[in-house]
Amino acid sequence: MVNGVRSRVNTDPERPLLWVLRNELDLTGAKYGCGEGQCGACTVLIDGVAHRSCLTPVGSVTGKEITTIEGLADGERLHPLQQAFVECDAMQCGYCTPGMIMQSAGLLRRDPSPSEAEIRGELEGNICRCGTQNRIVSAVQKAAHTMGAMAKGERHA
Amino acid sequence: MPETVLGVPETSAARLDRRGFLKSIGGGLVVLFALESDASAQESGSAGRAAGQKLPENVAAWLHISPDGTIEVYTGKVEVGQNIRTSLTQAVADELRCSPTTVHLVMGDTARTPWDMGTFGSRTTPTMAPELRRMAATARETMIEQAGKTWAVDRSRLKVENNCVCDSSSNKKASFGDLAAKINWVNVIGKADYVTPPTEWQVAGKSLPKINAKDIVSGKHKFPSDLKVPGMLYGRVLRPPSFGAKLVSADTTAASKIPGVFVVRDGDFVGVAATDEGKAQKAVLSIDAKWETQPQISARELFPYIKKGAESTGPKTTGDGHALSATYTVAYIAHVPLEPRAAVAKFDDDKLTVWTGTQRPFGVRGELASALGMGEDRVRVIMPDTGSGYGGKHNGECAVEAAKLAKGTGKPVKLIWTREEEFTWAYLRPAGVIDVSSSANPDGALKSWNYHNYMSGPSGLPTPYDVAEKNEQFHPVKSPLREGSYRGLASTANHFARESHMDELAAAAGVDPLAFRLKNLKNERLTAVLKAATDRFGWGKEKPTSTRGFGLACGAEKGGYVACCAEVSIGSGRQLRVERVVSAWECGAIVNPEHLKSQVEGAIVMGLGGALFEAIDFANGRILNGRLSQYRVPRFSDVPQIDLVLIDRKDIPSAGAGETPIVGIAPAIANAIFGSTGLRIRSMPILPAFRAM
Repeated sequence: MVNGVRSRVNTDPERPLLWVLRNELDLTGAKYGCGEGQCGACTVLIDGVAHRSCLTPVGSVTGKEITTIEGLADGERLHPLQQAFVECDAMQCGYCTPGMIMQSAGLLRRDPSPSEAEIRGELEGNICRCGTQNRIVSAVQKAAHTMGAMAKGERHA
Repeated sequence: MPETVLGVPETSAARLDRRGFLKSIGGGLVVLFALESDASAQESGSAGRAAGQKLPENVAAWLHISPDGTIEVYTGKVEVGQNIRTSLTQAVADELRCSPTTVHLVMGDTARTPWDMGTFGSRTTPTMAPELRRMAATARETMIEQAGKTWAVDRSRLKVENNCVCDSSSNKKASFGDLAAKINWVNVIGKADYVTPPTEWQVAGKSLPKINAKDIVSGKHKFPSDLKVPGMLYGRVLRPPSFGAKLVSADTTAASKIPGVFVVRDGDFVGVAATDEGKAQKAVLSIDAKWETQPQISARELFPYIKKGAESTGPKTTGDGHALSATYTVAYIAHVPLEPRAAVAKFDDDKLTVWTGTQRPFGVRGELASALGMGEDRVRVIMPDTGSGYGGKHNGECAVEAAKLAKGTGKPVKLIWTREEEFTWAYLRPAGVIDVSSSANPDGALKSWNYHNYMSGPSGLPTPYDVAEKNEQFHPVKSPLREGSYRGLASTANHFARESHMDELAAAAGVDPLAFRLKNLKNERLTAVLKAATDRFGWGKEKPTSTRGFGLACGAEKGGYVACCAEVSIGSGRQLRVERVVSAWECGAIVNPEHLKSQVEGAIVMGLGGALFEAIDFANGRILNGRLSQYRVPRFSDVPQIDLVLIDRKDIPSAGAGETPIVGIAPAIANAIFGSTGLRIRSMPILPAFRAM
């Protein structure tokens, strides 16, 4: 399942998930940056956990649920992380942004209210060459806050 | 779908006759493109026309308002994350008194935009923004005039708002689209008279968020490496084992036997293109190539080589006050744009279109034309907003390779350089050696300044300090590695040497580093940022200890003035962390405060890498650390708290801010280490030397 859609690809099981997503499924949100799991630009969620798709053989994700940046928003409504990245201007060129958001999405699923240190620790493996790290941390904090408030609202409703 | 992204038709600009004839297109503006004066150069197919050539004077070359009111703006500048798509939109919206959401910028498309030298040197804000303002302001005034004529009213009664010209006394209103359709734009020349001064800006001067941020956060934006055209193949190129190696033979039999693989040879160029990226990789690895290599120098021999390669620098200064001589070095570093070079090349009959991430689309058009033996008029280069450049994407090698593969296979080809290729076959910020000898009078006034930069470059070389006796020179040396532009060029190296040396001289004279600088500075703008940064930082309030140091540096270049203060902590085993940075920045009138902050923050973080740990290691024509697991760039744990003071000078035309904010961080760190430990580090990167001391 990719972004909620059942997807069948006939290919070498050793082929990295990144290239199957990009070249076979036309989901180019996950980016190539290094091919060795060092930059995080290719990050996607596999069963809700952030993974480097450049190091994930496609054969290993059969039957699993994959979420890419394209599948994060609810239709036209941006995910709180996406919204917060826009509001905090947490990007310059934007090439690392999908990976940053997916890594953060994995974190917030695990821990809805991480500390600043935990956010920095989580994103240590994601590179932003433009130097927006502090803005990204603010954006993740902001999104965590929004999602917390939303969850609270839902509980009260 | 990606196909539709690529299906943008050429505008009338491209269809216009190259001699500069005009053709009218339905209802809207006529787009004037090539001028008579540059037509021959354009037709010659040469790699690049002369810098500073005359740009079109006609509004129509830069701006097009359709009958439906769509405002299209054409600029050869490109977006690599510096947010000029946003700032230039603000400039146009300001002049047209309209919402920025109604302005669409077409950037870096050689078939649609006026010729441009390239996006570098912090030139967009000081040159392109005024150009587009001039054109948009003239368009606005022309439409007001048209409305006045139509309604037979005095133009002073007319106002522009919400993409319309309005007469408030008669409640008459005409849209931009309607008015533009009635105007013969052919002879409308852009005039500077109508441009709005910074004190009256409505759209600029405010923090408009990144124009296409939503596309980026949702993964919709197509970077060059994301593009796909029907029938496209994926390319790979055979690389030599070392720089300068000559191909003796290449056996491609195994590669050609893989189904779906095409092999392309063109002299020393050997590449493959395949139906998927995996096959292409397999194919290129299967090629049995023999190379003739040549011995080359290694990283450890670099600095002696640089000094040996340069001419003598003459006598050193002697002073009767405090005299000092010192040598500083900087290593080669890589840009490491997170998106490596990428290109999609496609032939349609005898016309070539290449989508690629480059800071010089028109230059790359020339490179393609000469590499493929075509006229420039048959080559179109399109630059989608790209995953960063930092001065590292000037050239078109990747585009040329993709085009050769497309030509050889007869199919469109995408080529994305691997990270290792990006490290190895792009170019580097030059290394260098800088010798400084200086003296100061007993009262702390600078007396003499002898400054010699070998190989790293002349940018930011002249001292901003007031000194009567000075000798400042750049000595070019043939670089053993491929070198090129980088954010701020040699300004980082020159500021590292100068601001470190100023600190050393201050210490020798027994004067506080801030007081020493202020005493020797006459430049008011530089003094202002220095005072602003040190005030915010609380300079001198806390004394350094063996585990905590404070340092400062300042500098100016390209119309920007920066001061930077750094606080470092030093743990056991020489563990160093930059804890806090305060930087003050002034570059005239602020165009977009939040994006300006972003540029300054980004420059500090990028500068931190070159300051502390980035260095290319090489031996015998090979890069030894060309992977992200081996070459360290700043990560979240490296990034300090950054506090900025922006000074807005509405009385001074805006300068660019992409580069100069980078220059202060390295010397500020070195000076902070000295403040804490008394150890003087004279090399960039700082950490290896610090740990070895």
